[in-house]
Amino acid sequence: MSLESDLTQGLIAESTHLDIPINLGNSSAEILLEQLKSMQLIRTVENKIAEMRRVGKIGGPVHLGAGQEAIAVGISKHLRKSDRVFSAHRSHAHLLALGSDPRALFAEVLGRSTGMSRGMGGSMHLWDQSNGFYGSVPIVAGTVPLAVGAGLAAKMQGTGDIAVAYFGDGAAEEGVVHESLNLASQLKIPVLFVCENNLFSSHMHISQRQPLQSVARFAIANEIRHIVVDGNHLLDVDRAAERLIQSARSGNGPVFIEAVTYRQYGHVDWRDDIDVGVNRSSEDLKVWKNRDPITRLSDALIALVPTIHSVISRQQSEISRDVDAAWDLAEKDPFPAANALLDTVYSENTK
Amino acid sequence: MIENNQTDYGTAIRDAFAYLLENYSDVFVIGQGLWSPWYVGNSMTNLDKEFGVDRIIDTPVSESACTGAAVGAAIAGMKPIVVHPRMDFMLYAMDSIVNEAAKWSSMMGGQASAGVTVRAIINRGGEQGAQHSQSLHSWFAHVPGLRVVMPSTAADARDLLIASVLSKDPVIYIDDRWLYSQTDHLKPVSELDLALEGPKIRRIGSQVTLVGAGFSAKLCAEAAELLATDGIDVEVIDIRILNPFNSAEIVASVNKTGRLVVVDGGWGNSGFAAEVIASVVEQLAPSSLKSAPQRLTLPPAPAPASSFLEEIYYTKASDVVAAVKAVLS
Repeated sequence: MSLESDLTQGLIAESTHLDIPINLGNSSAEILLEQLKSMQLIRTVENKIAEMRRVGKIGGPVHLGAGQEAIAVGISKHLRKSDRVFSAHRSHAHLLALGSDPRALFAEVLGRSTGMSRGMGGSMHLWDQSNGFYGSVPIVAGTVPLAVGAGLAAKMQGTGDIAVAYFGDGAAEEGVVHESLNLASQLKIPVLFVCENNLFSSHMHISQRQPLQSVARFAIANEIRHIVVDGNHLLDVDRAAERLIQSARSGNGPVFIEAVTYRQYGHVDWRDDIDVGVNRSSEDLKVWKNRDPITRLSDALIALVPTIHSVISRQQSEISRDVDAAWDLAEKDPFPAANALLDTVYSENTK
Repeated sequence: MIENNQTDYGTAIRDAFAYLLENYSDVFVIGQGLWSPWYVGNSMTNLDKEFGVDRIIDTPVSESACTGAAVGAAIAGMKPIVVHPRMDFMLYAMDSIVNEAAKWSSMMGGQASAGVTVRAIINRGGEQGAQHSQSLHSWFAHVPGLRVVMPSTAADARDLLIASVLSKDPVIYIDDRWLYSQTDHLKPVSELDLALEGPKIRRIGSQVTLVGAGFSAKLCAEAAELLATDGIDVEVIDIRILNPFNSAEIVASVNKTGRLVVVDGGWGNSGFAAEVIASVVEQLAPSSLKSAPQRLTLPPAPAPASSFLEEIYYTKASDVVAAVKAVLS
């Protein structure tokens, strides 16, 4: 049992480090360009949601993960459609990285019947099982034991599928996470725990909530194989996910990634939140934006193949056009029928 | 098994487990104490030996994660049963039950559901005190999305457990150790659709409608026998399914008798007895009631440990007899 990454969490979490383009090694530019595209799509969708929330077109709260895209994209590359992904309040990236339709997400955020949860969930309750997304809910840590159970089911069903539990550093303060880590380890359940440590829970910095800042210490306590990664470094996440997911699929029990990152928007909605957190200064935010996972990857790609610059720009224009079009369609979609209120409560009513 | 082909309540529950495990490969059981005879009476004897420890999973002391895992396994297509040998300890698992399982279908637009069965055992008396005694069925009956089942007979203990596990919805199945000596002649299993089950008349009568769930239904039946010896003819209704609650049978009965006494093993304030009475009085004209409806519930105090106080605390059949005589006088 050892910390498999040579990067300590402390170094990764220091905002002035690691703002240079990432080292691409001998990775395929073609695959990286696809992953960049996925990150660009997620960022564009979230920026659209932020803007529409700001102007009042979205009625409910939205928790945006801009700045954290590399984590979901790096992990999802190694998942199958039959895996079982669970998430929490900040889940748009986890969903879109699996290939979900942005229009269905927009429609859901707008409470329309064409939404991925048929307009019954909104931004915080998302579902797209055909792409492997089993559900997200906003009770902190609420889905962590559910993912353990979905992994237990996969083990019993003998499919070689795994479950994924995305959660934040705040969730690590909930008791059920520790029960879940222990149970998964004891029963050798194929589940990947992904702690997106963005250093903040709502307005509170992790140093105000935990005596140590590395959440991976709880993996160590439960004998769970783990890797701490720079969550703003696509390849770092990708390589860790590849190794750990392969281990979980092979029947070696649960695995754990701690991805250190930073959210560019505040806890909820479009604001910066530089006034509510004790340690979230505008200077910090600026420095972290220099470590933007999309910029670091695209700069590295351009350094490798200078002509790729125009491909990336064209890719972005197409995404922006498609995202705007998807929003316009979703906005015109109908609300759920009144009977959906009662008809969805028990499954017998929805046969 | 006891004499005359009778099966006791605990064995009937075991029969349900065996039936489910034999006939449905996606059924498994998880919870504390499942490999020990201490925790669940005779209701799960040797299931681990018969069906294997991979399907009868005894667990770490983690009510919350184990219940959440059962909910997650249900969402992933299994038919899990999570066992809580005492309902009191299950309170650690409230998030998975109330926030996750109960709301999953609604939150996801009816496209998914958490068909988990949570078996909660009421295990009280014997000077066990405040944290080894609670009947919290009213809490769960308050929550849309949960089905809440309380069998009072051995036949229901078996058949409603099977129906609970086969339901696609989350079910809180509550059995009571004080009922384990109840017996029935069990017919071969015939699977029921839980959504179609509801309150049942256990005894037909004309003067008073007597209503209870679980052990309280047994008290009602005992009281009815005693009252019959005094020439008093009461109708007994066993609630069986507390949520979603179908009050039609009870309302029709009170419309006939004009009098209602509800017995509940929980506390009175905001409890299920109040729900029964409210359902009746809002559906019947005041003129159809010959006396004010009454409820017999626990005193508004935690369960005592002292045997002297326990004797005062719990409702007995003689209390029910007195309450019925009072509404008739």
